[in-house]
Amino acid sequence: MTAFEPSELVVTARCGTPLAELEEMLARAGQMFAFEPPHFAAEPPAGATFGGMIAAGLSGPRRAAAGAVRDYLLGARIMNGRGEVLGFGGQVMKNVAGYDVARLAAGSLGTLGIIVEASVKTLPRPSAEVTLALEMPGERALESVNRWIGRGIAVSASAWRGGELAVRLSGAASAVAAAAAALGGERIPEASAAARWAAIRDHRDAFFAGEEPLWRLSLPQLAPSVDLPGEQLIEWAGALRWLRSGADPQAVRTAAARAGGHATLFRGGDKASGVFHPLPAALLEIQRRLKAVFDPDRVFNPGRMYPGI
Amino acid sequence: MGERSAVPAPGIPFLRQAQVVARLLRALPPDSVLYEAEDTRPYECDGLSAYRQLPMVVALPRDEEEVRAVLAACRDLNVPVVARGAGTGLSGGALPRGDGVLLSMARMNRILSVDAAARTARVQPGVRNLAISEAASAYGLYYAPDPSSQIACTIGGNVAENSGGVHCLKYGLTVHNVLKVRALTIEGESVEFGSAALDSPGLDLLALFHGSEGMLALATEITVRLLARPALARCVMASFGDVARAGEAVAAIIAAGIVPAGLEMMDRPATRAVEEFAHSGYDLDAAAILLAESDGTHEEVAEELARMIEVLERAGATAVRVSGDEAERLKFWAGRKAAFPAVGRLSPDYYCMDGTIPRRRLAEVLGFIAAMEGKYGLRCPNVFHAGDGNLHPLILFDANAPGQLARTEAFAAEVLEKCIEVGGTITGEHGVGIEKIDQMCVQFSARELEVFRGIKRAFDPQELLNPGKNIPALHRCVEFGRMRVHGGKLPHPELPRF
Ligand SMILES: Cc1cc2nc3c(=O)[nH]c(=O)nc-3n(C[C@H](O)[C@H](O)[C@H](O)COP(=O)(O)OP(=O)(O)OC[C@H]3O[C@@H](n4cnc5c(N)ncnc54)[C@H](O)[C@@H]3O)c2cc1C
Repeated sequence: MTAFEPSELVVTARCGTPLAELEEMLARAGQMFAFEPPHFAAEPPAGATFGGMIAAGLSGPRRAAAGAVRDYLLGARIMNGRGEVLGFGGQVMKNVAGYDVARLAAGSLGTLGIIVEASVKTLPRPSAEVTLALEMPGERALESVNRWIGRGIAVSASAWRGGELAVRLSGAASAVAAAAAALGGERIPEASAAARWAAIRDHRDAFFAGEEPLWRLSLPQLAPSVDLPGEQLIEWAGALRWLRSGADPQAVRTAAARAGGHATLFRGGDKASGVFHPLPAALLEIQRRLKAVFDPDRVFNPGRMYPGI
Repeated sequence: MGERSAVPAPGIPFLRQAQVVARLLRALPPDSVLYEAEDTRPYECDGLSAYRQLPMVVALPRDEEEVRAVLAACRDLNVPVVARGAGTGLSGGALPRGDGVLLSMARMNRILSVDAAARTARVQPGVRNLAISEAASAYGLYYAPDPSSQIACTIGGNVAENSGGVHCLKYGLTVHNVLKVRALTIEGESVEFGSAALDSPGLDLLALFHGSEGMLALATEITVRLLARPALARCVMASFGDVARAGEAVAAIIAAGIVPAGLEMMDRPATRAVEEFAHSGYDLDAAAILLAESDGTHEEVAEELARMIEVLERAGATAVRVSGDEAERLKFWAGRKAAFPAVGRLSPDYYCMDGTIPRRRLAEVLGFIAAMEGKYGLRCPNVFHAGDGNLHPLILFDANAPGQLARTEAFAAEVLEKCIEVGGTITGEHGVGIEKIDQMCVQFSARELEVFRGIKRAFDPQELLNPGKNIPALHRCVEFGRMRVHGGKLPHPELPRF
């Protein structure tokens, strides 16, 4: 960690800093990474790092309400394929000088260069949080959660699975209490609620166990449920749908595309047909050219994302 | 501001103009192609009127197919294209070229759909920012980013500049509120950046496109995220006896874990100018005032207001007033939103800066600006997005008074370089355009600028989209003499120094 100024809501750290360490420090200051980054690996030194968090670009349960890693990334120093360290963005909230290369690095999976150091915006922790469990079928759950959000209820996470919807409300204590009373359902005790959201975030929940291929479908939140075999866990008010399914990869991709989104073969399965959703030719060409700007000799994670990138 | 041309204004090349007009008329109706000086005059500048240039031709396409036809013509004939929304930009981003086509999005101004349940709106790029919120209001929704120019500026311009507004402290900039941009590349390809879902595969081109100043591709359709209109909003006006105290109060609010919906500051010269114009009820005895807004449910607002007032009083506010009703809240904001034109009335011309600094350096930088007022003999009221550390000092001058424009530019350059020195940036939301292109050489190294040029060429190999803006050419930095030197070595030592 190189700088943390609580009144600036910014933390600057080197890429190898353990994520857990940063999160602990933020918690002591009453702050957090609002996008709730997952920790898939166990403990340090194998645990998640700050640089990995940015390069992977993954966000947890709060994403639909608060935004993704890229939304909080203010600046990055990046080592390109020629070993030159270049700085983009900075530590301030607003910055439109030059193209936004820092945000481009979020989710780039190490294909453009090494994120040496970065500055990320933090947020104060909400003063109150309540998790409720409600019984309802999938379609109604999505419709309800979206209706609540549309009415200004501060839903900070949602997860539906097998007929049960869990929603987390965050904000001022009085507002959370009023919203919880309006929504009804069963209130989950604080400690077990926290553990439950962390387990979903980190894929330690029972849903993620086992050998069945894990698909990540990113869809418009109200897209009708996709007609594929297998169990689903639905987060982000419907915008993120985890699917355990041995279905033909082509069928999964077609269903996701038809619903207006895309599918990633997140874990397991046969990666022969690619992990990520195929890109239209024009976009793939632009991305190949961008790769060449940063890493002309293709030393960084070549082919990790797409052939040629 | 006074007149001055950016590019050595050549007469419009007549034969070339005829050739381009003839080609455009094959695809566009006659009233969509303008080339007589009296018709093209309204397009000669954007909000930065010190720079003017008549475009060779103006094209006014009505749909994506017509945009594609204009781009095809420009590509085939190797003609530069500058897109224009409403022309309210403050950095010369939409400044035309005498050898180019100015492509106005003014006729692509339809709201295509509002999806109330999914809380999104699909709009054409020429739709005005405020029109989106107006269309969404029937559903209790609104589009959050609210630049002060929102009655006029277009969503396409907002995306191209990554514009902010007084409420972006809590609700984010344009980049945080746009889901998808459909665009045309100069090669004539339709592409989609982002999607109706929350992410899309591959590199995040949606983020890269924001703030790209019309240089990578042209947006033809934009899908924005809408938010629930808060049940209640109330605004606190706090007075301070000195500017530094007000700056410290801003940091204290954030440090207390409060993220107000808006947190703005104006110094006395600014409030005095505004009060005469907008009658907002500002405290004119205060050296500076803060406007801090709280919004949400009734419970949330009550809780947050109480905490905010406590922090403000502890930070030394001499008076605190809370808007009594919606009319008074809007009055508080009306003054802030009218600040540029109001301050502009104080003098024949004004020059608006846009540096952003870490919040904790506010007091120091304001002191620096005050010292510069003395050094250059020019007044400079301050209005700014304090919560974000985004400053808008307004230098007052008279372009007809000999030497004043040059003094103003030197003043501005010193302030921008101070912003870089304290760890900030030369532009928070107005963009680089043509105006701050030389300061880019100070903020970035030659290698970093080379990356920007590479990105430009990845989208636009012929460099026809808004060339010459935003990213300085290497020789320009060398001439400017401010190239950053790394490790004692000049970049590209093989190049001659002029
Ligand atoms: C009084 C006043 C107050 C202002 N307040 C604010 C403020 O609070 N916050 C803020 O951020 N800005 C503010 N601005 C600046 C300005 O309004 C914004 O930059 C705005 O986003 C510009 O929109 P426009 O439609 O006028 O774009 P234009 O000025 O026409 O163009 C701006 C840039 O966008 C490009 N462009 C336009 N349309 C497209 C398209 N469809 N595709 C690709 N590129 C395109 C142009 O080429 C140009 O580079 C203010 C300006 C004024 C005059």
